[in-house]
Amino acid sequence: MTTLTGVAGAGGVAPETPVRPGRRGAGAWRFAVLAVLGLYFLVPIGASIWYTVRDKLSGGVTAKHYAGIPAAEGFADAFGRSLALAVLTVVLALALMVPTVVLVELRFPRLRTTVELLTLMPLVLPPIALVVGVRSVLSWAPDYFLNTPLADAFFALQKPSLPWILVFVYVVLAMPFVYRALDAGVRGSDLKTLTEAARNLGASWPRVLASVVLPVLRTSVLNASFLVVALVMGEFTIAVILGFETFPIWIVRISGSQPQMSVAVSVLSLMVTWALLLLISALDRRRGTKESS
Amino acid sequence: MTAVSARAAGPADLRERPGVAVRLEGLTRRYGSVVALDGLDLEISGGEFVALLGPSGCGKTTALRAIAGFDRPDGGRVLVDGRDVTNVPANKRDMGMVFQAYSLFPNLTVAENVAFGLRVRRRAKPERARRAAELLELVGLADRAGRYPHQLSGGQQQRVALARALAVAPQVLLLDEPLSALDAQVRVQLREEIRRIQLELGITTVFVTHDQSEALSVADRVGVLRAGRLEQIAGPDELYERPATAFVAEFVGTMNRLPATLTGGEVELLGVRRAVAGAAPPSGPVVALVRPESLLVEAAQAGGGRVITRTFSGASTRLLVALPDGTEVRVDVASAASQDLTPGTAVTVRPAERPVLVAPAEPD
Repeated sequence: MTTLTGVAGAGGVAPETPVRPGRRGAGAWRFAVLAVLGLYFLVPIGASIWYTVRDKLSGGVTAKHYAGIPAAEGFADAFGRSLALAVLTVVLALALMVPTVVLVELRFPRLRTTVELLTLMPLVLPPIALVVGVRSVLSWAPDYFLNTPLADAFFALQKPSLPWILVFVYVVLAMPFVYRALDAGVRGSDLKTLTEAARNLGASWPRVLASVVLPVLRTSVLNASFLVVALVMGEFTIAVILGFETFPIWIVRISGSQPQMSVAVSVLSLMVTWALLLLISALDRRRGTKESS
Repeated sequence: MTAVSARAAGPADLRERPGVAVRLEGLTRRYGSVVALDGLDLEISGGEFVALLGPSGCGKTTALRAIAGFDRPDGGRVLVDGRDVTNVPANKRDMGMVFQAYSLFPNLTVAENVAFGLRVRRRAKPERARRAAELLELVGLADRAGRYPHQLSGGQQQRVALARALAVAPQVLLLDEPLSALDAQVRVQLREEIRRIQLELGITTVFVTHDQSEALSVADRVGVLRAGRLEQIAGPDELYERPATAFVAEFVGTMNRLPATLTGGEVELLGVRRAVAGAAPPSGPVVALVRPESLLVEAAQAGGGRVITRTFSGASTRLLVALPDGTEVRVDVASAASQDLTPGTAVTVRPAERPVLVAPAEPD
């Protein structure tokens, strides 16, 4: 969760605020706050890294726990599965939410509060309640619809190699984050005027979407995608209760037999998450300062 | 800005295109119980620059949006060059619009912004580039072609928006308070520049504003709107000198309201009698509407008036004077002749020798 809130704050839509010259002593305070926060985050991470590179036998440093990851039993399957789920969730969540947010902004501004409340539901509703509900439907539906195409559909949803049911549940879980990221982008730009300007210049609606709305929302779309990826790659409750082996589940499974490798994998996934975050803000910054002579 | 006057006139095809007439017939638009347009009729001839002026909520922006096609009227028609476009979608109307809010596409350069409408119309790349360069030249920003909108000042952004609106050689130019976000000096410069370009190109232009000085200074005719109807449309001089109604009189320019009495076709105010301008209401108590420059003030020990404030503004100075009955009036005097009229000075005030506009007295 710390990752998520951190990223939400990093959305590139907020205008740059000029740094005011601080009062005397503000620098020291700033340093103190940063130091405490830094220690709070860095100590556990540092400890994890130290744990994964320590060679218990020789007392030296080794990279064998990292080197062994790709070949570890079940890793490729679980990681690939989680990655596929993440990509599918991103695509579906965006396909659902981008038009919704744009429509609410341009056509139904009065619905904004309603939509906002709706998207908050997954935060209010505990995931455990959600998954218990999903599980009862999944166990009841195939029997009820036996010998109909619907029953097949329900089985297909639960295919262990690529459980689509998780995609749908994750889309719901991701809704608050996706909506917020996109909404921030919409509010930060005057989408109504921009679309009207484009319409006035002769652009059709599809054209307006492609050449005005999406470029304007690019940063928000990237932010939303990143949040979804982070969410899906780390989600545990739903997957374990529905009985699918995703990446986090696999980490827990091997932690018993190969504790150091399981932590190494966690550290790696943390690094990947950070790299993605840096990539997004770098893309954003490049766009901000892009200048042709 | 100094380069503006030296610059060549706009693109040839724009200049050679005669302005088209725009007609609004009985335009009506309601938002729930609010009537934004109440059967608005307006006729604009080809190449004319008409400003729509009015307080907020008077329907001026709604009227402009109806012409642009962003707002469909509940009743009435919009005719452009005699053709009914009421049901034509906004992107097929061939109009250029400059918005109040900054509306440049943030992901495109200045030149790309200007060429956007041409790209939509699938014009060849060289033509788009040439055209964008011409129009940026016209608005004096040729050297900013490669910049992004956020690298421009507000005034520059609005000039690019104007170039972008004109790039597609629209039939009509619509300006929706394009200057209101700018600071005073830029506003005056840009409004003059808009007028210059409009005259050069001869394009029919509708300019919506709530700033009367803006409307009066650039438009051929100014239409004053009130509650979704046209109160008066006339040239700036006529509007100022001969307002058709009390509303117009008070909305355009500064107007003093003085209690007066109407008898025998003349109006008595401040102890003197003056002829009545325009149609006179029945005899009895009325309100006389007098411009600050139509009042004369003199220092006089025995005068019942008293100067409250003195605001110097170059050639003229405005005095706020309290009359014996408590009414406060604004009086404009030549600065050179007003040095002794400091706050606290006792004065007499009387109307200048000219017909006075009257309005029915309001019941207290």
